[in-house]
Amino acid sequence: MGVVELRGLRKEFGEVKAVNGVDLSIQKGELVVILGPSGCGKTTLMRMVAGLELPTDGEVLIGDRNVTALPPRARDIAMVFQSYALYPHMTVFDNIAFPLKARKAPKEEMAQKVEWAAGILGIQRLLARKPRQLSGGERQRVALARALVKEPAVMLLDEPLSNLDAKLRVSARDELQQFQRNLGITTIFVTHDQIEAMGLGDRIAVMNAGKVRQVGDPQEIYDDPADTFVATFLGSPPMNLLERNGHLLGFRPESFLPLEVARGDREKVTFPFHLGRVENLGSDRLLYGTVEGAERNRTISKLPSTVEVSVEAGETYDFAVCRADLRYFDKESGLRKEPPPREGG
Amino acid sequence: MQAIMPRLKRAGHYLIVAAFCFFTAAPFLIMIVNTFKQDADLYRPQNNPFIYNVPPTLDNLRLLFEGTNYLGFVRNSLFVGVLVVLITLVVAVPAAYALARLAGSWGERAGIAIFLVYLVPPTLLFIPLFRVVTAFGLNDSVWSLVLVYPTISIPFSTWLLMGFFKSIPRDLEEAAMVDGFSRLMAFFKVVMPLSLSGVIAVTVFTFTLTLHEFVYAMTFISSSDSRPLSVGVPIELVRGDVFYWQSLLAAAVIVAIPVGIVYNMFLDRLVAGFTMGAVKG
Ligand SMILES: Nc1ncnc2c1ncn2[C@@H]1O[C@H](COP(=O)(O)OP(=O)(O)OP(=O)(O)O)[C@@H](O)[C@H]1O
Ligand SMILES: [Mg+2]
Repeated sequence: MGVVELRGLRKEFGEVKAVNGVDLSIQKGELVVILGPSGCGKTTLMRMVAGLELPTDGEVLIGDRNVTALPPRARDIAMVFQSYALYPHMTVFDNIAFPLKARKAPKEEMAQKVEWAAGILGIQRLLARKPRQLSGGERQRVALARALVKEPAVMLLDEPLSNLDAKLRVSARDELQQFQRNLGITTIFVTHDQIEAMGLGDRIAVMNAGKVRQVGDPQEIYDDPADTFVATFLGSPPMNLLERNGHLLGFRPESFLPLEVARGDREKVTFPFHLGRVENLGSDRLLYGTVEGAERNRTISKLPSTVEVSVEAGETYDFAVCRADLRYFDKESGLRKEPPPREGG
Repeated sequence: MQAIMPRLKRAGHYLIVAAFCFFTAAPFLIMIVNTFKQDADLYRPQNNPFIYNVPPTLDNLRLLFEGTNYLGFVRNSLFVGVLVVLITLVVAVPAAYALARLAGSWGERAGIAIFLVYLVPPTLLFIPLFRVVTAFGLNDSVWSLVLVYPTISIPFSTWLLMGFFKSIPRDLEEAAMVDGFSRLMAFFKVVMPLSLSGVIAVTVFTFTLTLHEFVYAMTFISSSDSRPLSVGVPIELVRGDVFYWQSLLAAAVIVAIPVGIVYNMFLDRLVAGFTMGAVKG
């Protein structure tokens, strides 16, 4: 059984079903990313785990204890808020020491633990400052240090990187992963950024409209999406979906290549691809067009710059996908289904 | 040239500041100067009002301290003021917090309703309230004021504090709760320190109110022993149509200066922007 178990968790705000039946089990030391579009209920789910929101229905178990009705302080969790929520009237030291004060830890232990947490995050020299004298990246570290000193059973992070600029975000992501691995703290990380999710997560839980659509490791989620939502939410550009012979056919833009460059001996399916527009991104070329003979047929192909085939907008070419890279989805429900027995391409 | 411009600018700033200082300090100056003037000096319009044209005297102070119950008035005012401030804080702080945080959309409406109560003038209320005071048997007692003043100060303070509590991000309290405190402790450790400006504003407002309130004090209290400053001083220093101006001014300035000094000590804490840096950029 996991360190955190969510069972049939639901939360309604009046009419709004913010979280609508979530089951999730998180193992010790694991970093699970909850990924989903804005408003899908990620924060609400996290707040129920933290004890800041009472579920309408369902249970939260942390470390084998049913904590559904317990207040946050009784749950052995720490949380980094999206806004960081540093206490503006306290120094960085006092901010980090605050959870220890709540526990009435002795002075020496407090100083030592704060020193330790600040050391891990490289913020020793900021301890005497007030939060308003810190940059965004420094604030984020202080917030992390404050979560860390508690040595919680579970650490909850709600989009902790979203206020950082793009460059800082990459390095912060890297550091976060490093120290999570080193300390082995069970972590739930909420984000709507798929790159963050793919890069960080041991496992990803993809959410939409209050429900978890799929849980799996990043590769699994990317290669074997459970439904069309997951297929199109991950990947940039997203998975192509063609409607053909009564079902949806999905394939990644990067596996949709001109016939002559498509790799060697694997079995391929060819499509006549009418090219509408070419976008050159430097490292890749994106080809926007339509596949002839399919109903929903807008398609994108992503060619790495190492592929030197010359293509012209307005022409039609033969493009191919390996049969093994094709995914089939049900037209109505959008759910994944088995490939039909032998169906021509 | 370049060196002169900034200096001129600085000089300009100081000139404006000095003018304002004089403007706000002038009443105090006039009160202090006149406290020591003899009648012969004060009542001659040709005399320069800012200097002593006739030698100064201590007679006016003597009249104030020996001819009236001035120290008694000060004691009564202080007693009422401190108690009313405490009562107001004890009631208004939790009320405002509950309305700001817990009552949902009704909190706002309730807050406005409470504020409207503040707008009903004492001149309409003093007669009915007199019945209330009589019913409690508090006629002629400073306790009548302790009972009645919170009816003015609590609505206003609640409304004012609501604004302060609302401006504090909820995240901060929730962070404190996650960090291991109960809601009550989170309130004392995080919300109160950040709303200190509000608490001080309420204290200043309430204390000032009790110092200058006249109608209720006049109606409910008729013995010199129980009177606060606001009624005691004018009653005893305006005899018939004789105004003992110098003693009246002395009575005012002796109270105003310490109060002014105390208020000034808290000025720093009233500085806005205290919550800056709490959340994002
Ligand atoms: N206190 C609340 N009262 C009413 N509705 C709420 C409340 N909190 C959240 N909701 C609604 O619940 C839904 C889920 O909100 P939530 O904050 O969990 O989304 P999110 O996935 O965290 O989004 P984002 O990525 O934008 O942070 C939204 O439709 C939101 O409007
Ligand atoms: Mg959110």
